[in-house]
Amino acid sequence: MLTNLLEYEFLRNTFLTGIIIGIIAPLLGAFVVVRRLSLIADALSHVTLAGIAFGLLLEKKTGAMLITPFYSGLGFSIIGSVIVERLRRVYTAFQELAIPIILSGGVGLSVIFISMANGFNTDLYNYLFGSVSAVSRHDLYSIIIIAIIVCTVIFLLYKELFLLSFDEEQAVVTGIHAKRIHFVFIVLTALVIAASIRIVGVLLVSALMTLPVAASIRIAKGFKQTIIYAIIYGETAVILGLVSGYYLEIPPGGTIVMLLILLLITTIVTKRVIENLKSRKHRLKTG
Amino acid sequence: MSKPIVEMKNVSFHYGDRQALSDVNFIINEGDFIGLVGPNGGGKTTLIKLLLGMEKQTNGTIQLFGQPIHKFKEKNKLSYVSQKANTFNRGFPATVEEVVTMGLTAKLGYFRRLSRQHKKRIYEAVEKVGMTGYLSENIGELSGGQQQRIFIARALVSNPQLIILDEPTVGVDAENVEKFFELLHELNKQNITLLLITHDIGTMTHHASRVACLNKTLHFHGNPNEFQTLSKDQLSDFYGHPLNLVTHEH
Repeated sequence: MLTNLLEYEFLRNTFLTGIIIGIIAPLLGAFVVVRRLSLIADALSHVTLAGIAFGLLLEKKTGAMLITPFYSGLGFSIIGSVIVERLRRVYTAFQELAIPIILSGGVGLSVIFISMANGFNTDLYNYLFGSVSAVSRHDLYSIIIIAIIVCTVIFLLYKELFLLSFDEEQAVVTGIHAKRIHFVFIVLTALVIAASIRIVGVLLVSALMTLPVAASIRIAKGFKQTIIYAIIYGETAVILGLVSGYYLEIPPGGTIVMLLILLLITTIVTKRVIENLKSRKHRLKTG
Repeated sequence: MSKPIVEMKNVSFHYGDRQALSDVNFIINEGDFIGLVGPNGGGKTTLIKLLLGMEKQTNGTIQLFGQPIHKFKEKNKLSYVSQKANTFNRGFPATVEEVVTMGLTAKLGYFRRLSRQHKKRIYEAVEKVGMTGYLSENIGELSGGQQQRIFIARALVSNPQLIILDEPTVGVDAENVEKFFELLHELNKQNITLLLITHDIGTMTHHASRVACLNKTLHFHGNPNEFQTLSKDQLSDFYGHPLNLVTHEH
């Protein structure tokens, strides 16, 4: 594979993208999970699908590449994130309602666009489940820019985002512009989703944001450690998932997510075994 | 004569049609330790929300540290320990050190990060509340009383002159409530002004320098001894209903 990697540009692009999203998806995912917004990623990914379908439709009807599906997906994702924020303010007592509204809206739009184009070919399949060969050089550049934006914003607003996640009331009293920061955060989420879709696909992108965090939260002390472990889990699953997906000719979305679930189960079981051993040792000592 | 830190003059507040506060005149001087008591729905939390800038008074004026409240920007002079400190998500992955660091957010401002001096301040604040050995523990793994101490450390770390506490001892057992008040007393001696909402009237009167009783308006504002000499009928009047006052004999 290494020789193929050197030989074929599309493989290099895919692996570089994989390495990048293996960092940014769990990084942002850590905030998404502790803010109990895990399902928002799902909602936004389905809106992104509508955007991609729109882009593919344009491509098919006009024959020109005015807006590539990547950018139309990104645009829809950002618009979706703004609507999620608005809806959460309308339903302050039922904030999770924003999720099914946006999610079903996304799927509905996708169905309409897809049928208007009389169905799509393998391209759409790649967008749904990810692909090892779908990242163009242009996409890669956009993803690098997204990664730089995401990392810079998180670096600069880390303490505000952290306080807002832990204790929103305290954040407001402190003088933090909660609404603005929240808005920035949700737009970042939209960006990460758009960047990740090429590799893991629409249906599984939220898994890459939440599963590494689910595993790391079991063993980490504190929030920074949670982020670091989540990135290690995410990166391991992405690299192994891409390699195995390539050899087994399975869309990498499937292999990456199953690896993440395997890592999650291993972590939970290992932790339980260690705890049992510790308490047995303790009982032997005291008993 | 010590300086007034908070001055409320003829302050009223309405939630829609419902009047929560009416014509409140209230002064907090530097170095005070004020226990704010009163019935539920009597406006205690509303009063605090006004001071914290979370709500705006309908009528009257409020001055903080000599400035009109809408112009007051030095948020780090004032810290807040909310009731919510008891109800945060215990599974949240944050160490004691990370929680206390949050207290510096206002002081640092946007885009700035911790210096070594800030780190030192964090360790000092944790030491002050007697929790030094727990810096790298997850906050959710501590007991209720210990968590409360960490939230005090978070309030202390920005070096505030005034700390406002909204029923911080809810859910903390009796022994730890006493210890908690001793800690507050200690902080007050170091010239930190305290405003404390509490239902623990007995313990509070032993430690506070003044008691304020609020039921829509301020019914009593004086020293704890006077408060204790009030007859049951007078207190019931303040509260608007008969009151069983539990006092701790010491």
